[in-house]
Amino acid sequence: MDLFIQLTLTGLTNGAILALAALGFVLIYKSSDIINFAQGEFLLIGAYVTYAMIAQFGLVWPLALVLTLAVAVALGVVVERLVLRPLIGEPIISVIMVTIGLSSLLRAIVSTIWGNQPKAFPPFIPSQPIHILGATVGADRLWAIVVAVAMLGLFNFFFKRSKEGIAMRAVADDQQAALSMGISVKKIFAWAWSIAAMSAAVGGALLANIVGVGPELSSFGLRVFPVVILGGLDSIPGAVIGGLVIGLLETYTGGYIGQGLNQVVPFIVLIIILMVRPYGLFGQEIIERV
Amino acid sequence: MLTLNNVEVIYNDIILVLKGMSMHVPEGQIVGLLGSNGAGKSTTLKAISGLLKPEDGEVTDGSIEYRGETIHNRDAEDIVRMGIFQVMEGRRVFEHLTVEENLIAGGYTRTDTRDLHKDIDMVYGYFPRLKERREQTAGYLSGGEQQMLAIGRALMAKPRLMMLDEPSLGLAPLLVREIFDIIARINAEHGTTILLVEQNANLTLSVAHYAYIMENGRIVLEGAPDDLKENADVREFYLGLTEVGKRKSYRDVKHYKRRKRWLS
Repeated sequence: MDLFIQLTLTGLTNGAILALAALGFVLIYKSSDIINFAQGEFLLIGAYVTYAMIAQFGLVWPLALVLTLAVAVALGVVVERLVLRPLIGEPIISVIMVTIGLSSLLRAIVSTIWGNQPKAFPPFIPSQPIHILGATVGADRLWAIVVAVAMLGLFNFFFKRSKEGIAMRAVADDQQAALSMGISVKKIFAWAWSIAAMSAAVGGALLANIVGVGPELSSFGLRVFPVVILGGLDSIPGAVIGGLVIGLLETYTGGYIGQGLNQVVPFIVLIIILMVRPYGLFGQEIIERV
Repeated sequence: MLTLNNVEVIYNDIILVLKGMSMHVPEGQIVGLLGSNGAGKSTTLKAISGLLKPEDGEVTDGSIEYRGETIHNRDAEDIVRMGIFQVMEGRRVFEHLTVEENLIAGGYTRTDTRDLHKDIDMVYGYFPRLKERREQTAGYLSGGEQQMLAIGRALMAKPRLMMLDEPSLGLAPLLVREIFDIIARINAEHGTTILLVEQNANLTLSVAHYAYIMENGRIVLEGAPDDLKENADVREFYLGLTEVGKRKSYRDVKHYKRRKRWLS
């Protein structure tokens, strides 16, 4: 029983961080139909920038976090301006290819600045062990869950209630029609990429706090796919629930069946979901009028 | 209010679609723009509303003036903010948004957010059926309701000039009548100037104050609706009428004796 609770809590934390990365992914897909292969690198950059602020410049962590978010916003705007704006009106597939290139570029920049060696991260979130129902988890892991849930609430409110959020969904539905109502597609894209980079950066900072920084953090980008396919590519609640489910699935498999298999299970889920429910648990069905 | 002078539009640097298009839309009126498929009606509207750019089209010659300003090749968002709103062909509602969210998106450029809900109610006043379906996903509305939503969305932006691209497309005749009546009401009650692009000549000539007929990228005929209705070419080619009381014989159709006079 202890093992079960232990695994559950670990799974939920991993899932929460996956969900944060997936949230950004979904956001970009929702507003622009673009699949962002560089999402893992956004997370990587978030982790390294937080690391630099705290370990290299010696800033206090709230300030470091705010600066990291600022860097993430800047990153989103720069990517939109330099990479995506020239591609407006081009087929979606070219843009998707460009994000693959972008991911290599970002990874290269990170390893040029910080090298390839994993580094220990000076923990900024208290990680003293907390005992829950006989299991022991670090407080930092619990924080990850809280932060992910808070971000979900925030995003959901943004999309349902705010004018900018509704405009973002409108752009996702029909770009040209959105343009005809004076919605600036460029601005919306910049918004989407900035918010996506921000949520990934938060995930990166939390993750770095738990496991340290290293180039392999970007592999989270790949692990996002089962999450978003399960939850539905364009569903924000789907990203969070998908994240938690996949996180739990990974740790349960690792704990009860064996290490190694846990890496594979999410992708088995991915294939099954694609076969039975291609738009995911909460994704939008394609509306067809006849 | 809006004047087009000899406008030339080229797509992809090579396809000449508008070949010297000129027209004038006076403030407060309904102006009809008729023409068959491919005449360049939609291109004209897009040239005005700034939607050519994403389609690789460009105004290469002539000018479009709106309230004393040249507006061609400007960004769509600027043009909406200046008070020109295009209701695109084929309705183009945001399918996954609810009716109400569609309306909010329509009012995106507005700065007076406080009146937003008053205006949503105003739209529901024109289209009570939208009110019944306010929480429904727009993609599941019927074609007529979607057209109402498209027009309602335009109303939300409080435009000075509303341009409608084939609002009758694919709708039942009764619904078309209803939509046209509402267009006339919007014009009368709000003083909104309306540029109406249509293939349905009969109905357009019944609501418009002035009309243009377009063919092959330019205006070939213009006039008050009553004059146009009397024009022999318009009667034959747009209204499907021949001399009163005479049925058209199959031979006439086959040999196509009558030639449009404006082609010579």
